[in-house]
Amino acid sequence: MWSFSGISNSIHEWLSQTFNPTLTIIIEMVIAGVAVIGLFAGLGLVLVIMERKVSAWMQIRLGPNRVGPKGMFQSLADTLKLLVKEGLTPTGADKLLFNLAPFIAMIVAMLLMAPIAFAKDFQLWDLNIGVLYVSAISSMMVISILMAGWASNNKYSLMGAMRSGAQIVSYELSAGLSVLSIVVLTGSLRVSDIIQSQADGWWIFKGHIPAVIAFVTFIIAVTAETNRAPFDLAEAESELTAGFHTEYSGMKFALFFLAEYVNVFIVCAIGATLFLGGWMPFHIGHWAGFNHVMDYIPSSLWFFGKTFFLIFVIMWFRWTFPRLRIDQLLNLEWKYLLPISMVNLLLVTAMAILKWHF
Amino acid sequence: MFIVKYIKDVWNAVRSLLKGMRRTGYYFTHHKEIITQQYPDNKDTLHLPERFKGEVVMLHDENNEHLCTGCTACELACPNATIKIITKFDITPDGKKKKAIDKFVYHLELCTMCNLCIIACPTDAIKMAQTFEHSVFDRSELTKILNKPGSKIKEGVE
Amino acid sequence: MYRQTEIIKDASQPGIEGDMVINVGPQHPATHGVLHLVITLNGETIKKVEPHLGYIHRSIEKMCESLSYRQFIYVTSRMDYLSAHINNHACALCVEKGLQVEIPPRAQVIRILMDELTRIASHELWWGAMAMDLGAFTPFFHAFRERETINDIMEDTCGARLTMNYIVPGGVMADLHPDFQKKTKEFIQLYKRKIHEYDELVTGNIIFQNRMKGIGYLSPEDAVSYGCTGPTARGSGVSSDIRKLYPYEIYDKLEFDEVLESAGDSFARYMIRIGEMQQSIRIIEQLIDNIPEGDFQAKTKAVLKLPKGEYYSRVETARGELGVYIVSENGTTPYRIKFRSPGFSNLSVLDHIARGSKLGDLVAMMGTLDLVIPDIDR
Repeated sequence: MWSFSGISNSIHEWLSQTFNPTLTIIIEMVIAGVAVIGLFAGLGLVLVIMERKVSAWMQIRLGPNRVGPKGMFQSLADTLKLLVKEGLTPTGADKLLFNLAPFIAMIVAMLLMAPIAFAKDFQLWDLNIGVLYVSAISSMMVISILMAGWASNNKYSLMGAMRSGAQIVSYELSAGLSVLSIVVLTGSLRVSDIIQSQADGWWIFKGHIPAVIAFVTFIIAVTAETNRAPFDLAEAESELTAGFHTEYSGMKFALFFLAEYVNVFIVCAIGATLFLGGWMPFHIGHWAGFNHVMDYIPSSLWFFGKTFFLIFVIMWFRWTFPRLRIDQLLNLEWKYLLPISMVNLLLVTAMAILKWHF
Repeated sequence: MFIVKYIKDVWNAVRSLLKGMRRTGYYFTHHKEIITQQYPDNKDTLHLPERFKGEVVMLHDENNEHLCTGCTACELACPNATIKIITKFDITPDGKKKKAIDKFVYHLELCTMCNLCIIACPTDAIKMAQTFEHSVFDRSELTKILNKPGSKIKEGVE
Repeated sequence: MYRQTEIIKDASQPGIEGDMVINVGPQHPATHGVLHLVITLNGETIKKVEPHLGYIHRSIEKMCESLSYRQFIYVTSRMDYLSAHINNHACALCVEKGLQVEIPPRAQVIRILMDELTRIASHELWWGAMAMDLGAFTPFFHAFRERETINDIMEDTCGARLTMNYIVPGGVMADLHPDFQKKTKEFIQLYKRKIHEYDELVTGNIIFQNRMKGIGYLSPEDAVSYGCTGPTARGSGVSSDIRKLYPYEIYDKLEFDEVLESAGDSFARYMIRIGEMQQSIRIIEQLIDNIPEGDFQAKTKAVLKLPKGEYYSRVETARGELGVYIVSENGTTPYRIKFRSPGFSNLSVLDHIARGSKLGDLVAMMGTLDLVIPDIDR
């Protein structure tokens, strides 16, 4: 059957027949890099137009509808505009850090692509500590934001950056704990193992209520980690104009913008992998016939369907809720989410030991 | 009980959030509720109320005659010196001099559409038009002369 | 000028004890206009808020002194542009007091109907803008759906959507549009159908309530001593509705409640305005089928001259008490005009209630004070 893994395997075979092993690996790396950059750009375009359409429909508007069919090329036009805009560097700014920050944001987002399984047997790097790798790398995001905020030499930027620092560091905890609960159930940190363990049903169904609680905590925590409303205190445009990227313009701003959307995609992909089975089709226990029918839907469709559903949920949050205040934000984490996820982790562990899950 | 209150708080909070999400979700799926008007596209069907105050115009009939006697009531009523009436003296057939308008100068750039000139006019010579696209490339185009060239006052209007 | 340079110097350098001084405005997304606040911060906590006015001062009071009694009314639309019609009403009342003219009953009812519609429109905009201050964008568009309906009604009858200039001394400029009653009833229907969405989207929302409750406490004593009026004072439990205390037109014959809350926090001020919209609907419902027949304008002289003396009138705008004070020297233009605008006094409490709270709360408080900057600066 035509699939991503088939394509990648045939490319690999053709390359190893034609070139020597070293060259093969180099060429494969280049191909992977280009593919990631392409996916990066493509995701940015798709997610921006998606967000604009979602927000428009929720706000009883039409949204962009002039460029291309139904306005679908609007984000392409926006990108073109941002490309030709002048990228200003303020006089008092730390020039090196100021210009470095957007690239760090982008590099972090790109690194996070590595362990994600986009389809069956289609993964850049199936390392044995995949989930740990994701939480480790995603916490690097705060460095770029702090760097941008500090280097801009702007008080609004600095405040946005400091807020974001406190926020990301705190919410990492409950995100990590809810990820751990799935790791406990699976017994492995490897992404492919986690997906395989859901062959007879997704964890959100198999893990009873504790898995649902972990899922909800995870969604809230990653919304905060990616600085999306209602936790967009780093930007908070009614308080801090644009927060940490107030001074950025042109392509440097676009990189932050892109990194935000790609981060949203990645955390949703992780959420889909952990709780909704990644590329694994919807299987119910040992109903062989039903499972077989579900297998006919390509695995990449399953993966992107689940991921985009989660992205939609996060967008839905953004266009419904008001923003929290900084102390309430930290209260929510330390008084509610963290205790809940700790108790929840205990429950999950008990459940895993007693084999209460399906 | 502390723990009951804690759970109740969490539950009420989640419920209030879900209520809001249900509302936005409703509008997300019901596109009939969209109220946006596609402005330049609906220009042909766009209906402005007859009282809409867009711009002062002078009424001319088919014989290129207007009703303005040049009494300057509108000029006096205008708060912003938008209207300037320049008069001349026509010689009537029986040799008498008669006051008439030469130019009815209207500065659209100064006008606030307050309607005071219209209600001040004793002969209803001017009225508000329903135009609203007033942007021009040159500011001087906003200074208009309302009486058409060659127009004269209608017979019998004093 | 000296003061100005000092501020700029202060704002660009760190304060003495490591305080951070931030200029919010004149161009800032939170200030809904061109209000300039110099905020002294200690981390996220506000130590001091200093409003600096004058950025859009247009000297409306001085302008009015060179305009006749018919002409000056339109200028006041540009003060509090959201309740433009009520501003015009205040001026007309003051002039009529001097002229001693009797307003026909029909004109009185029309004026009140328009006043209340303006009040609803103003509160709708406030509701949307305030939700936007708190980071929720969607309510803004939902509020505009209802507000547009009011604007359409206004456009039909008055010929303009925002700065109507519909009131003239002695009555109103034109009779009601034939569709007015039908359209207003339709609006009331629409409003009643949609009012529960306001609760679902904003009022009941837990995040919103936590952002509002207990924030920006203003005690009744402070509300009085700072001269607060309107919903800001009523949120603290101070009865200050001019429509009840000093009724003008036929407000004394109408049935409506003065909405009062005692909490004095941001949420109380919010609930006051939500309640006021309902009361305005109630007033409109009482009047819409009982518009008396007759003239819409009293006979007045072509050139108005107020007898020598001082005249003062006040009305309840959407923001509070608007007072108009005219000194006449028996001429065709006023000798001196002074407007007592509600926004100015309401802004003055900002420093008092904001001290010690967080930066995010300042935005919420400014939202609940419902500041319209041209009204403050005039």
